[in-house]
Amino acid sequence: MPLSSFRLAGLELKNRVLVASGTYGYGDDCLETADPAKLGGIITKSLSLKPRAGNPPVRIVETAGGMLNSIGLANIGVRRFVDEKLPFLRTVDTAVIANIAASTIEEYCEVLRILEGEEGIDGFEINVSCPNVREGGLIFGTNCTAVAEITRRLRPLTKKPLLVKLTPNVTHIAEFARAVEAEGGDAVSVINTLIGMAIDVKTRKPVLSTVTGGLSGPAIKPVALAKVYEASRAVKIPVIGIGGITSATDALEFLIAGATAVQVGTANFIDPAAGIKVAAGIDRYCDENGIPDVAALVGSLDAASGASVLDSWL
Amino acid sequence: MMMELCPVEGVRRAGDGIYVLSFVSAAMSRSIRAGQFLNLRVEEGCEPLLRRPFSAYRIEKTSIEILFHVVGRGTAALRKKRQGDVLDVLGPLGKPFRTADPGYDTGLLIGGGLGVAPLPLLASALREQGKAVVTFLGARSASQLVTDHLENVHTATDDGSIGFRGNVVGLASDFLGKHPITRPKIFACGPMPMLRAVASFARASDIPCEVSLEGPMGCGIGICQGCPVELAGPEKSYALMCKDGPAFDIRTITI
Ligand SMILES: Cc1cc2nc3c(=O)[nH]c(=O)nc-3n(C[C@H](O)[C@H](O)[C@H](O)COP(=O)(O)OP(=O)(O)OC[C@H]3O[C@@H](n4cnc5c(N)ncnc54)[C@H](O)[C@@H]3O)c2cc1C
Ligand SMILES: Cc1cc2nc3c(=O)[nH]c(=O)nc-3n(C[C@H](O)[C@H](O)[C@H](O)COP(=O)(O)O)c2cc1C
Ligand code: FES
Repeated sequence: MPLSSFRLAGLELKNRVLVASGTYGYGDDCLETADPAKLGGIITKSLSLKPRAGNPPVRIVETAGGMLNSIGLANIGVRRFVDEKLPFLRTVDTAVIANIAASTIEEYCEVLRILEGEEGIDGFEINVSCPNVREGGLIFGTNCTAVAEITRRLRPLTKKPLLVKLTPNVTHIAEFARAVEAEGGDAVSVINTLIGMAIDVKTRKPVLSTVTGGLSGPAIKPVALAKVYEASRAVKIPVIGIGGITSATDALEFLIAGATAVQVGTANFIDPAAGIKVAAGIDRYCDENGIPDVAALVGSLDAASGASVLDSWL
Repeated sequence: MMMELCPVEGVRRAGDGIYVLSFVSAAMSRSIRAGQFLNLRVEEGCEPLLRRPFSAYRIEKTSIEILFHVVGRGTAALRKKRQGDVLDVLGPLGKPFRTADPGYDTGLLIGGGLGVAPLPLLASALREQGKAVVTFLGARSASQLVTDHLENVHTATDDGSIGFRGNVVGLASDFLGKHPITRPKIFACGPMPMLRAVASFARASDIPCEVSLEGPMGCGIGICQGCPVELAGPEKSYALMCKDGPAFDIRTITI
C-alpha cells in the first residue's frame, strides 16, 4: 500500500479523497452504505447563520452526463448544526471541514466564529458562490476584490486550515487563486458548479424554478481539470480538485494536473461509497505502478510536448 | 437501506407501455414496507447518470417487482433487462404508509396511472392489520389499467373504454355517495393534479388522507436536498420527499 495520508496546512488527512459540500449532507445519512471513516474528510453542506429553507421545486434536473441544481443553500443553520449534527461528526474518525455560506462578509465571520469555538471542526471551506446582498445579489466569488477581502477578514479568526472554494464562472481563475494565497488562505477548492440551464420545450418554461442552476457531474470534468491546472500553476498553496469525479481514474487526472487532493460530489448521489472507492482505486494505481507515496503524482503532468492555451492567459 | 447488485428475473408486459420487472434480493424483500421505494441504477456509466426511483409493487418470497411506464431513457433501458442481468439497487428508501393508525377501519386506495404501483403491497399490509380495502383505479384507457393483484377494484378511464368514464376522484366520490363507509382513510398515489383533487375531496368530506408524491430526485437518501415538499404553515419550509415521504398526510403539506 502506498502512503496515502498527507498534511493539508498542518491537518493530517488519511487520504486525498474528501466528499464535496452539499453532496453528503452532514455526514449522517450514508452510514448504512458507506463508512465515512474511510474518507480523507467530510465537507459539510454549506452552513449559514440562520437556517435556509432553500428554493422552491423544481431544484434538480438531469442533463447529458450531469445534473443542474438550484438548491438555494438549504441548510439547518450553524446553531442547529452544532447542536444536532456535530456530536455525531465528532465520533467519526475522519477530518470534518465546515463549509460556510453567507450573504455579507460579517455573516461569514460570525458563522466561522461560532464554529471555531466548537470541538470537532478541523477546518473551514468558504463557499464564495453566494449572492452578496450589499451588492444587489452579485456573486462574491466572481469579484476578485471581494474574494480577497473575505479571505483577509476570516484569516485572523482561525488557525485551522482555511480553504476558499472558487467558482469557475470567471475568466481567469488563476487571479482568484492568487488573491486567496496573498491574503493567507491555506488552499483553494476548484471548482464549484458551472452556471447552466434547461428548458422544457413542451411548455417553453425553464425546468428549474430559478431558471438557471449549477451544473455538476461527469459533464464538467474537462472544464474542472483545466481550471485546476490553471490555478495550480498560479499558486503554491494546495489546490483541491473538484468536478465530475466518479472513478479513481478521474481523481488521478486531477492529481496529475496539480491537485493536492480531490473532492467527490455528484457521484455520491449514485453511490454513497463513491469517495471510498476512489481512494482505494488511487492506492491500487500506485501499487500497480510502483509509486510509494501518492504525493508523487501531484502535479506530475508530462506536458513537455506542447504549450497550453492557458499559457497565453497567465 | 442497502446497496445491492440484484439478479434480474425478467420483464413482462402489463399494459400499453407498462411493464413489470422482477429481481431478487432476500434482504430487501424482507425489510421493504408498502409505500417505500427503490432507487435503481439502470445502466453503468453516466447515461443516464442518476438513479431512478420506483415504488415496490409486489414481493414474492425473495423476489421484488416494480411496475413501470416507459417514459424516457431510464425506463426504456429497464424494459430491455433480461434474466441474468444484474441491477444495482439502493433501498428500501423513504417512509412506509402509516397503515397502523387506529383511527380508521377501511382503507380507500386511489391510484391514478402508474400510481397503482404501491397499492398491492399496501392492500396486503392493510388486510394483515384487519382493515377493509376498497380500491379505485384510474387510467387513460383500458389498455393502461393494471388491476392485477388487487381486490374490490373500481375503475375509471378517461375515454370510458372500461368502467366509470372520467377521473378516479369522480369515481371515488360517486361510489362513496352511494355506499357510505364508516371510518375510512384515503391512501392515494398518482400524478400531482389527481392528488390535488383527492386532497380537496378528502378535506371536503373530512376523511383522513395520505398522498404518495412523485417528483425529481437526485439521491433518494436525503443528501442532495433536491426533492422539496412544501410544508403547511405560515413560514416557508420544506420536507424532503425522499426521506420524509414519499407519502405525506395532507394536513402536513401544501397541496
Ligand atoms: C418515490 C417515487 C416512486 C416512483 N414510482 C414509480 C413507479 O412505481 N412506476 C413508474 O413507472 N414510475 C415511478 N416513478 C417515476 C419514475 O421514477 C420516473 O418515471 C422515471 O424516473 C423516469 O425515468 P426515465 O429515465 O425513463 O425518464 P427521463 O428520461 O428522466 O424523462 C423523460 C421524460 O419523461 C418525463 N417523465 C419523467 N417521469 C415521468 C412520469 N412519471 N410520468 C410521465 N412522464 C415522466 C420527464 O419529464 C421527461 O420529459 C416514481 C417516482 C418517485 C419519485
Ligand atoms: C445538489 C448539489 C448541492 C451542492 N451544494 C453545495 C453547497 O452547499 N456548497 C458548496 O460549496 N458547493 C455545493 N455544491 C457543489 C459541489 O460541492 C461541487 O463543487 C460541484 O458539484 C462539482 O463537483 P461534482 O461534479 O463532483 O459534483 C453542490 C452540488 C450539488 C450537485
Ligand atoms: S432526492 Fe436527494 S434529498 Fe431527496
